[in-house]
Amino acid sequence: MSKDGRPDPEQILEALKQADSDKHRGRLKVFLGAAAGVGKTYTMLEAAHQRQADGVEVAAGYVETHGRSETAALLEGLSVIPRRQVQYRGVTLEEMDLDAVLERRPQLVLVDELAHTNAPGSRHPKRYQDVEEVLNKGIDVYTTLNVQHLESLNDVVSQITGVKVHETVPDYVLEQAVEIELVDLPPGELIQRLHEGKVYVAETAERATQRFFRPGNLFALRELALRVAAKRVDRQMREYMAAHGIEGPWPAGERVLVSIGPSPMGERLVRTAARMAANLDAEWSAVFVETPGGRSLSDEQRTRMAQTMRLAEELGGKAVTLAGPDVAGELLHYAKAHNASRIVVGKSLRPGWTNPLQPSIVDRILARGSGLDVHVISTADRGGARRGRRRPPSGPRFSWDLLPWQGYVSATALIAAVTLGGAALSTRIAPTDIVMFYLLAVVASGLRWGRGPAVWASVLSALSFDVFFIPPHFSLTIAGFQYVITFIVLVVVAVVIGSQTGRLADQVSLSRRREAETAALYAFTRTIVASHDAGEIAAALTRHSSETMGCPAAVLLPDGGRLAVASSTLGFDLNEKEMAAAEWSFANGAPAGRGESTLPGVDGRYLPMKTSRGVVGVLALRQDNAQVPLNLSQRLLPEAFASQAAVAVERALLSEEAKKAELAMEADRLHTTLLNSISHDLRTPLSSIIGALTVLTDREAQMDPTTRRDMIDTAREGAERLNRLVGDLLDITRLETGSLKLLWDWCDLEDMVGTVLEQLRPSLQGRDVQVRLEPGLPLVYADYALIAQVLHNLLDNAVKYSAEGTPITLSAERAGDAGDYVVISVADRGPGIPPDVRNRIFGKFFRIDRPGTGRGTGLGLAICKGIVEAHKGRIWVEPREGGGSVFAFSLPLVAVPGGDTGAELE
Amino acid sequence: MPSSSNPSKEKPEKPSEKTLEPASGPLVLVVDDERPIRRFLRAALSTEGYRVQEAGGVADAMAKVAGQRPDAVILDLGLPDGDGRDVILKMREWTNTPVIVLSVRGQEADKVSALDAGADDYLTKPFGTGELLARLRAALRRAAQDVQEPVVTTGKLTIDLARRRVTVAGKDANLTATEYALLRALAINPGKVLTHNHLLRTVWGTGYETESHLLRVNISNLRRKIEPDPVQPTYVLTEPGVGYRLRDPDPD
Repeated sequence: MSKDGRPDPEQILEALKQADSDKHRGRLKVFLGAAAGVGKTYTMLEAAHQRQADGVEVAAGYVETHGRSETAALLEGLSVIPRRQVQYRGVTLEEMDLDAVLERRPQLVLVDELAHTNAPGSRHPKRYQDVEEVLNKGIDVYTTLNVQHLESLNDVVSQITGVKVHETVPDYVLEQAVEIELVDLPPGELIQRLHEGKVYVAETAERATQRFFRPGNLFALRELALRVAAKRVDRQMREYMAAHGIEGPWPAGERVLVSIGPSPMGERLVRTAARMAANLDAEWSAVFVETPGGRSLSDEQRTRMAQTMRLAEELGGKAVTLAGPDVAGELLHYAKAHNASRIVVGKSLRPGWTNPLQPSIVDRILARGSGLDVHVISTADRGGARRGRRRPPSGPRFSWDLLPWQGYVSATALIAAVTLGGAALSTRIAPTDIVMFYLLAVVASGLRWGRGPAVWASVLSALSFDVFFIPPHFSLTIAGFQYVITFIVLVVVAVVIGSQTGRLADQVSLSRRREAETAALYAFTRTIVASHDAGEIAAALTRHSSETMGCPAAVLLPDGGRLAVASSTLGFDLNEKEMAAAEWSFANGAPAGRGESTLPGVDGRYLPMKTSRGVVGVLALRQDNAQVPLNLSQRLLPEAFASQAAVAVERALLSEEAKKAELAMEADRLHTTLLNSISHDLRTPLSSIIGALTVLTDREAQMDPTTRRDMIDTAREGAERLNRLVGDLLDITRLETGSLKLLWDWCDLEDMVGTVLEQLRPSLQGRDVQVRLEPGLPLVYADYALIAQVLHNLLDNAVKYSAEGTPITLSAERAGDAGDYVVISVADRGPGIPPDVRNRIFGKFFRIDRPGTGRGTGLGLAICKGIVEAHKGRIWVEPREGGGSVFAFSLPLVAVPGGDTGAELE
Repeated sequence: MPSSSNPSKEKPEKPSEKTLEPASGPLVLVVDDERPIRRFLRAALSTEGYRVQEAGGVADAMAKVAGQRPDAVILDLGLPDGDGRDVILKMREWTNTPVIVLSVRGQEADKVSALDAGADDYLTKPFGTGELLARLRAALRRAAQDVQEPVVTTGKLTIDLARRRVTVAGKDANLTATEYALLRALAINPGKVLTHNHLLRTVWGTGYETESHLLRVNISNLRRKIEPDPVQPTYVLTEPGVGYRLRDPDPD
């Protein structure tokens, strides 16, 4: 990223490519299915063929065909890496040869059955670990997985099906997948396939299989699979929206309202509401009603309120503050006005007896909120704050320390209690025994409140003991020698114990904090490692910093020479002064802002995101509630975040740059081809049109009727050719941009063939077209006009590229083991297609120029390919026996609904 | 009629509606916002003896339909001030004047919706004038025929609507009730495109609009019984992506 003079792009590209294949992880694509037999392997192989056709080097690492010929046929043409033979207890097992795969280093490896457990003695116990190793070597992987093997769904699946699955794959493996393709088959068809013996089921008992493949089970599994895929899509969308700063629109079916007050349970209420809203896919708001009496809120309560509101915003809710004397009334009014369907309220901490005359807010909402679902969250544990201490902190939660004086007060109270107790017992026990109680209290203080209070407690103990229990009582004087020793020992022991236990408690607290910080950092690192998009990384950094530090955060990345906000939490805006601080931090690679030595006057704190190569951005934090100077974790953790993210952003930028360069080259190449091709193809007919018309205008008077007719025909032919070209260009554009919407309908192939032949009648010029349709072909579910166009193009080519008078055969028949697709082919007796171009012939602007044949647009077959693939079919060309070529395409057959068509009723 | 006297190509179009005034042929309203299209349509139509009126938009078209009472309307679907479909819907509130719709390729859905709104036929741009004139003639003939012919004949196919009998070259075709109902629907509007929706509603009833496989199978069976070669049908013709039509009946 040198700012001066760009180096040769070719070099960069080469270097990046190298770096890419060395350093970057391969991309994982998972073909997810509901159960065995839905066609995952088949789909994976088809996809692999496509990639191979696109020029990707594909190898099959381990593909299980289960002896199905269809699947095995698809394996043909793919390079297969031989499996490793493993001897285990006299049985020969076959496993993927991981080392052979790594040595071969193809760009894409196919690995079936991700959940497989490797034979004992393999490098990794599980196949997904093999896959991870392959990915780490920068090799892409296609794999298959049944939803029941997913760790988190394991229990659910065994509950549903009664079959416990032992081979599981951790969810994070699926999370890492760049793409999940759902391979779906309706349960009815799956069961049919099972009955037809087309589903291979591992060595399970026949009856277990029967039990497993019940419609109920399959419906449930299918739903699970669909959900997993949908959740993924949803998450991708949300992440995309977050990364690209897009807000909403969220579907507003339901709206959840949560009422929060200054009580400590606000956070819990907000989280509950957020969870509920997420489950309902609803919008939600956190509402705080400020009452006139509420002015007397303490500072602590105000802080807590603000934190709760902020939390609500971070969790995707809307924070609303209303004012009015009647909390319940305001809430209900707001709920009605905003169409809320549910209200979440906390049961008041105030015990009912404090004011029997005034019903609680909950009671009033329940009484008046008709038509609303009211969810009351009780405060079963009152130690909400204490509980928060044990949890790994995820909010503004590095503040376990009670206010410092509280420990001293408590320690004082404890010593006072011991003194009182000792006084009560002093008649029955010796004063030396009372010393033991004091020591106990000192230990307790140390463990509970730390070193300071412990030392304080020990001093207090010594003094109290002296004053109350050593004669003369109520004076600091010590009368007897034995008591001098007791007293000194007490002081020493108390101070030592107190300080030791106190230190221990401090250390526990510190190590907890460390652990939490490490966990936060680790979680963050894991999030960004998977990401290759600077925007996404910025979003992740913002989110994690904000959540961990409990304050608004933003990430600024350079955009066109200036820093710009790439991602920020709500309510984080940067004025000019703040921007200047950020710019300074970016330019100098040093922190600036609040709590730092540079520009401490601004509100935000700006940390440079530094790598060895320079500063890639700035992390901005607004730690309003943090004390200055910042404590260690407030200082170090964000810096750790920033440097982690910096590396990731740099990596993302580099790969983005490489991708851009590659894309630009590809686009350039395409444009050149397109321009060359189009300008030629457009000019030729235009010249003939203009030429013919000019001749007509200038010389019409001198022309005999035949010549005139000829000129007119020339112009017309030119125009028609132009029309074809424009039509083809439009089609290919729509196919490639994905803007083509298929009009699915039931099509009668016989009808279609007839229609196409009728359309082609003028250009057929009496050519013999033999139509051979297999009798009893079912209807095909497809877009009639588009498939007709495929047929049209293929027939048109056959006519154009074969000698006059040679026959053309059009046939359609069922194919596949189950007859589950139909193959339509057009065979000619032309010169045939050379083997080396058979793959390229379906590319854009590919033409075989032969003398004597008219020039096509070079788009016809590309359009066919696009259309057939949009129908999940395949198109290919093969040599015809006895000369010529066969262009064929397959379309999947779908069961026609309700066999009864009323056709043979009468 | 400005007929044979002047060769059609020679006459440069002067925007002079006056010259057409004395003609007595049917009045056709051409609605299209593209002047070149209107120009060539005017040329094609007037040489065939039609009187021509032009409109460039929805509002203009509505005013001229009401004011001039054309015998037929040629209507482009994409108009600058609205959708051509609205013109059809409004017209159909009070007149059955035939409407032929012009659309561009790839807008099958638009065609279908225009036909369902009450258009009589459609042409896909670019089209030849021969095709246009044939469609226009057929539409005008259907409109003029106010009484349903009891017997519709096209080629060797005869449909006797009164006696519910269908013969091919004099031989009984033996249709099922459904097949007959289909053929009857087509025969009542000979030469007119009937959309899939329309046929499903007419033959099977409301609610069957999405059961298009019923239509496919029955059309296929029907063709097997009446067509000499079902692969290259000559009577029941497919309009790809739109519907079916019966071949134009023989003029008596």
